[in-house]
This record gives sequence, C-alpha cells and structure tokens, in this order.
Amino acid sequence: MNAPVPHQTLVTPEKPKALASGQFKVTARGVDVYYGDKQAIKSLSIDIPDRSVSAFIGPSGCGKSTFLRCINRMNDTIPTCRVTGLIDVDKHDIYDPKIDVVQLRAKVGMVFQKPNPFPKSIYENVAYGPRIHGLAAGKTELDTIVEQSLRKAGLWEEAKDRLAQPGTGLSGGQQQRLCIARAIAVNPEVILMDEPCSALDPIATARIEELIDELRQNYCIVIVTHSMQQAARVSQLTAFFHLGTLVEYGDTDEMFTAPQEKRTQDYITGRFG
Amino acid sequence: MFLWTVLLIVLMAAIAYWAGRARAAGLAATGGARLHSLPSYHGLFAAAGAMIGGLALAIAGALIVGAQSAFMPVAAVIGGAIGAAPLYSMSSPDFRARNSFERIVLVVLICCSAVAILTTIGIVFSVLFESVIFFRSVSPIEFLFGTHWSPTGTPPSFGLIPLLAGTLLITAIAIVVAGPLGLLSAIYMAEYATPRLRGALKPILEILAGIPTVVLGFFAALTVAPLIRGSGEAMGLSVASESALAAGLVMGMMIVPLISSLSDDIINAVPQSLRDGSYAMGATKSETIKKVVLPAALPGIVSAFMLAISRAVGETMIVVMAAGLAANLTANPLAAVTTITVQIATLLVGDQEFDSPKTLSAFALGFVLFFFTLILNYIALRIVQKYREQYD
Repeated sequence: MNAPVPHQTLVTPEKPKALASGQFKVTARGVDVYYGDKQAIKSLSIDIPDRSVSAFIGPSGCGKSTFLRCINRMNDTIPTCRVTGLIDVDKHDIYDPKIDVVQLRAKVGMVFQKPNPFPKSIYENVAYGPRIHGLAAGKTELDTIVEQSLRKAGLWEEAKDRLAQPGTGLSGGQQQRLCIARAIAVNPEVILMDEPCSALDPIATARIEELIDELRQNYCIVIVTHSMQQAARVSQLTAFFHLGTLVEYGDTDEMFTAPQEKRTQDYITGRFG
Repeated sequence: MFLWTVLLIVLMAAIAYWAGRARAAGLAATGGARLHSLPSYHGLFAAAGAMIGGLALAIAGALIVGAQSAFMPVAAVIGGAIGAAPLYSMSSPDFRARNSFERIVLVVLICCSAVAILTTIGIVFSVLFESVIFFRSVSPIEFLFGTHWSPTGTPPSFGLIPLLAGTLLITAIAIVVAGPLGLLSAIYMAEYATPRLRGALKPILEILAGIPTVVLGFFAALTVAPLIRGSGEAMGLSVASESALAAGLVMGMMIVPLISSLSDDIINAVPQSLRDGSYAMGATKSETIKKVVLPAALPGIVSAFMLAISRAVGETMIVVMAAGLAANLTANPLAAVTTITVQIATLLVGDQEFDSPKTLSAFALGFVLFFFTLILNYIALRIVQKYREQYD
C-alpha cells in the first residue's frame, strides 16, 4: 500500500519547476480515509511542492476537504475517522505514533471555511499561537510578532488602532484575514485553506486572493475551493477530485485549457458537479 | 353543575366548529369561488367565539348568581351561541379566517403569560404590605442593621444581620463545594467523556438533583453532621452538633447537578469551529478548554452559578435539619447558625396570631430574601446579556 504509486495523473511533470525538481513539501501515497464504514478517499497519491499554491477542486463530497484535513491531522478530532496510507510532510510520516500532533499543527496551519476568530481581542487572537508555543520572550517581542502577522495578512492598517477590540466585531473578510494572521503567527510552513472565501463577498474575496498570492513566496499553500475561477486565479497547480479519488493533478494553466481526463473537462466546463 | 358547564362549553365549541366548517365548505361548493382560508379555519374561528362567549357568560353568571346555580350551564350555552353567531356570519369566500384565528391564538398566549406575571406581582405586593405593617412596630433601621435576632425574647429583637450572615456563610460553603465539583465534572462530560459515557453520566447526576431536599436534610443531620463532629473532635476542634459546615456541604451536593448540567449544556453550545481553530494552531485539549472554550462559555457558566446561588439562598429543609435555629453572628463554619428561610419556616409553623410583630417579621424576612434573589438574578441576566453572542 505504501509503495510509490506511478503518477499517471501528473500532466506535465517538467512544467511546474517545483514538481520537476522534486522539492515536495507534502507527499501522500495510497491514502485511504474512512468515516465509520464509508470510504471517503480511495488510494490517493499526490506530491505538493513548496512555495506554491495548489488548489483542490471537485464536486461536494468528493473528499477534497477530508484530504486537506488529513495533512494536519484535524481528522483526529472526529472519532469515527480512520486514515491509512502514508502522508509525509518534509519527508516525515505525520501518522507516525512518535510524531507530536501539536508540533505538526504548529507547522501545518489551517484557515477554515467560516471565519472563526476566538471571542477575544484582535491582539489576543493573533497572540494566541505564539503564547501557547512560547515563541515570544517578552511583551515587545510578542507585539512585534502580532504586528508582522497582521501586516502579512494585510490587516494591520485597518486593525492597528483597534487591537484591543474583539475580533468578532470585524467584518467577515477582515475576520478571515485575522484568521490568516493568526495562522501565520506561529510560523507555519504549510497553510491549508478550506474554502476560505466561501462566506465572503467578491471584494473581500479579491483581497484574500491577493493575500494568498503574496503568501506563496514563503509558504506551501493548499486551498480547497468550489470556485473554478478562484482556482485558476490563485493556484499554480490544480487537483481534481471526484468520488474520493484524485482524477487529475497538474499545472493549473494546462488543467483549465487542456485537461487530460474527460471527467475533469466535464466538471470544468460545468457539465456536471 | 361545574362539570355540566364545562361539557356544554366544549359541546358548543364543537357545534360551532362543524357549523363554521360546513358553511365555508358550502360557500366554496355553491359559489364556486376559491376560499381564502381552508374550511377548518372558519370552523376554528367560530369555535373560538363559542368558547370565549360561553366562558365569559358562565363566569359572569357564577359571580352574580353563584356557582351552584343551574344558571351556569344555561349561561354557557347562551354565551356560546352569542359568541359564535357573529363570527359564523362573517364567513364568506374572501374572509380571512386563517389570519383572524391567528390573532385569537396570540391573545390567548398573552393572557396565559399575563396570569403568571400577575401572580408574581400579587405575591410581591402581599409580602410588601405585610412587611409595611411589620415596620410600623419595628423600625427598618433596627431590622436591617440589628445584630441580635430573638423574636420570642422579652423584649423581642429583630436584627437581620445574624440571619443574613448565616445564609451567606452556608451559601458560600455550598458554592465552594459545588462550584469546582460541578464545573469540572461538566468539563469532563462535555469535552472528554465519550458520547455513550456522557449519556449514562448525565441522567445519574440529574437523579441527584431529583432527591427531595427533606431526604438530603436528614442525610445532613444524621450522617454528615455527626461525621464532621467526630472528625473535628479527633482534631481537637469543638464542633457544634448542628454546624454550618454540615448544612453547607450537603447543600453543595444538592446544587452540584444544577451547576454541572447547566454548564455542560453551555460548554456544548460553544461552536466546534472555535475548538477546531484552536487545535489547528497546535493547542492541546486542555489549552483549548482553558483559553478558548471556557472564556466563550463564561457568561453562561456565571449565570449557572447565579442560579445555583439563588437556589442555595432559598433552600430551607437542609438548613432546618442540619444547621439549627441558633441565631449566632459568626463566621466559624463549625458553629451552629441559622438562615432567613429557616426563621421564616419556624415563625409561621403552628398556630399563630397574624398581627404580632413576631409573625409579621416573617414577611419582612421573605421580602429581604426575595430582594436578594432578585438582585442575583438581575446580575446573572446582565452578565449574560453583556457577553452574549461574543462568538457566532
């Protein structure tokens, strides 16, 4: 099961430089995920390169969010969920019993579908991660981390005068950027985004998309989205999921202009899904 | 006669229902027009008229002629007919019986809640008036700030302070016992226990809440108090056979299920997305509970505590049996104390003349108690309002 599966789905291995050079941040081989008796993901293998945006697309219930949540083991919080197969982050098996899941999640951050700021002040929201991981030696250092994180998330100008106010008082788009700032504050290497714009209006969505493009310089970003346009705008690589299998994975440009698989083409052109 | 009246009103309503329904159905059949409301709504509308008219005339008849007279069932029938007739005649294809019936439902609901509210107001005023009579013979200053309570002494003295101190002492002991126990068991049930275990544990805890306080009272007096006395004496402390500690401990056990059950519901109501957010930052379970879940649930937990405190302040039986009647002004939990509720109970038990200051003082005590719990409830309400919808 754990033997490398030939990558029939990689369309143009030489095209994305990161894929060709083999600098993979996240690799999965033969991953099966079950909720109780129901199999949500079937024998999935994928290589996700560093410093790029990979988009997961596919109809609802196709397993894209489930796989996303496997990468930082958020599925551990669901009692009936069972994961088999191999998922490596930086060539370390993350389902190895020796791995500390708390450390893993500090390294693999996550932004959720619905903005979920804690019912605390904006400052405390961002300072939460650095505090629990002891990243700041003192108040000034913590202040610096908070400011840098908010700057990277493009929220500093709007939030700097109201750091003490509750994060829940921000608008939806601001809340989502606050959640991104919160995730960045613990210095992750991978950021998982589960439909981060689905609860936002087009203007807020555009801001988040710009932000994702900027963050690509420093992070490995995986984004689940229902919007084909969004996948085309922000990602370099696109993976198409259908009924728990990875149908096709490759360069975003190619995927949207010349998909290899009929199912991909049908989905992208809106014939089903 | 009463039974007949009720039966006749129901019968009239049933007749009005069938008549109204049949008429509306007939209108639709003969006129060919489309009814605005279904025939059953026309029926319900007429039936409501019959019921209101019948009840009104029967009650009026009972007040004028007397409830035993044969006039009452007659009045019910006449009233029913008078009530139903105008509503019945309103039927036409365009008549909005559905909306009109909705309005009658609204009025009925308002009347029901008005009964509850008026009862409360009535009780408050009756206590207030009796207290005013009491304060004619004893000055409020003496009552509120006096440090000596002996209503049967000569001369009697009515100082509230020892009773208030006793109440607060026992309540404080109860909360010190029940607060941590209740909250921590709620955290265990809500966050750590498997759903099956939780399903088994919660009803057991709620059984504890269902034990009558009389039973808890003699448990306190016959089991806990001697135990405390014995262990206290083993440590060289002098313990009264009826101690505040015994009453407080058992009262604490009484309110554990209140706190744990309410807090459990509140902790469960904290959205899973907040927990996910915290876990995704690499927080452990206890960090998540301590820093995210509990702060989010705090307003609800505070109001659960306030409810528990009101319950403890108003509790009588346990204290009567376990804490005694001696109105000592002390902060020593090992001494015998008494509470406001216990004094009310002892003042009014047995044959009493209702104009002596001794008996009337019970109303003043009742008023103080009422005021006390009112303030607690108000504080709880304000806390909940202030922090409500912080998450969402």
